[in-house]
Amino acid sequence: MDIIEFLATPTETARRTGPHDRIVMSSRVRLARNVRGVAFPGWAKKAERIRGLDILRPAVEGLQQMSRAFSESMDNLPAIDKQILVERHLISREHAAKSAGSALVVNKEESLCVMINEEDHLRMQALRPGLQLKQAWQAIDQVDSELEKKLDYAFHADLGYLTACPTNLGTGIRVSAMLHLPGLVLAEQINQIIQSVNKLGLAVRGLYGEGTEALGNVFQVSNQMTLGEAETDIVERLNKVLLQIIEHEENARAMLLEKKPKMVFNHIGRAYGILANAHCITSKETMNLLSLTRLGVDMGLFPGVDRSLVDELFIITQPAHLQKMHAEKLAAEERDVLRSDMLRDRLRAVRRPTPKPPGSLDKAPGQ
Amino acid sequence: MLCMVCKQNDAKLHFTQIVGDEMRKVDLCEDCAKSKGVSDPTAFSMADLLLGLGAAKEMEETAGSEDLKCPQCGFTQADFKKSGRMGCAECYATFAEPLESLLKSMHKGTRHTGKVPAALVKSRDLADRLKALQKKLEKAVSAENFEDAAALRDEIKVIKEKLSQTTA
Repeated sequence: MDIIEFLATPTETARRTGPHDRIVMSSRVRLARNVRGVAFPGWAKKAERIRGLDILRPAVEGLQQMSRAFSESMDNLPAIDKQILVERHLISREHAAKSAGSALVVNKEESLCVMINEEDHLRMQALRPGLQLKQAWQAIDQVDSELEKKLDYAFHADLGYLTACPTNLGTGIRVSAMLHLPGLVLAEQINQIIQSVNKLGLAVRGLYGEGTEALGNVFQVSNQMTLGEAETDIVERLNKVLLQIIEHEENARAMLLEKKPKMVFNHIGRAYGILANAHCITSKETMNLLSLTRLGVDMGLFPGVDRSLVDELFIITQPAHLQKMHAEKLAAEERDVLRSDMLRDRLRAVRRPTPKPPGSLDKAPGQ
Repeated sequence: MLCMVCKQNDAKLHFTQIVGDEMRKVDLCEDCAKSKGVSDPTAFSMADLLLGLGAAKEMEETAGSEDLKCPQCGFTQADFKKSGRMGCAECYATFAEPLESLLKSMHKGTRHTGKVPAALVKSRDLADRLKALQKKLEKAVSAENFEDAAALRDEIKVIKEKLSQTTA
């Protein structure tokens, strides 16, 4: 079975729910681990990487949590499938570029995903919908405790878990959440928030991690420091900050509706207008307009429309997903046309946004 | 003021970030800022940037002209400068000294306070107990309490055996 058949369909993925999922799209905790006696993947020659893989892969596959898993060497995955995995946030761009000597193991629920020989021997991540950092930490902690019985981890009494990059040293943990923050962007408060989050030693990144743009008003917030602080403290600290960002986003949305309703309705109405009527549209524009549509759903401007419709479109309008639906290789412009066809089709049943009189919009439905 | 990356053009962009109670500054020219992705503040993380240029520089300064090389994997300081990554776990012993100040600027502390593999926790406990027993033994011997000393010696022997098993 190929990986795309194995994974949940975009429809199923978009229907997953979790606490605060109106703003927090997903939570993730990643641990970096290495074994003794094998050079780190970036420095090891191919033969050594393969030797490492032969130790690591059976250990990961043997996990009880991976009893129904998909496991494949990266050189056996077609480029298009790797790109789809990136678009689903299951692997990093760096891992997608790997070939022989690297592998991927992901469980059926897509709640656990292990990259073997990415930058470190093991990059294991637990994923949860909505804000569930503690649950994600507990899950990955368990997996790690199982693996340490089988693998001889590179661990130093003072420096903790040894990692290829000194920035991950110690706990090797990266706790992160993907946030949808259109309110803060429209209210022009986002830079202020980013700066204050930075001051707390936390990083804010774009949609696909390090060095990427915040497309569709989606931001990733994560810890930067990994040494000198225990895992549970890092999780707790990030959780607190996220709850505050959620509050700021909610406040920004309420403020916009009260003080600048026309501006908000204009943005959302135009977004709908373009998405539902365009005949050629780029992936970037689509994401930014879908973000506004999602905000419209949250604000009750699209009665009867579920957020999962928008979230599904977020996934399937991305380049690799679009390409996968068509047998022949598509040029970027052909994709833009097919994307617009798909959007017009999927939005046919969605009526144009209907703003209610101000004051009746404070509470979003179902919250 | 010159750009910190290329050290050729005038720095036009100046960033400040506060981490803990330390202030860090980065000065960049427009070209380097662009190539590092700094022009878009939402996609920009100071740590990533600092790692690229600050890390290697800091290591260079602390290590002087001495060129260290990892005996295990052959990784050198020049390699670190290029990649910002280590070669293998053993490198951390080789580059311990130059790394220290880098770690200080990068992290909350320089000592790991989080999770420890269970097997190591066990051997740590054993090592602690061994130390305590050896002290007791010394006392017993100096007090000429040979009966206790003999019992302690047996206990120590068992723990030493266990220790050699867990660390093997």
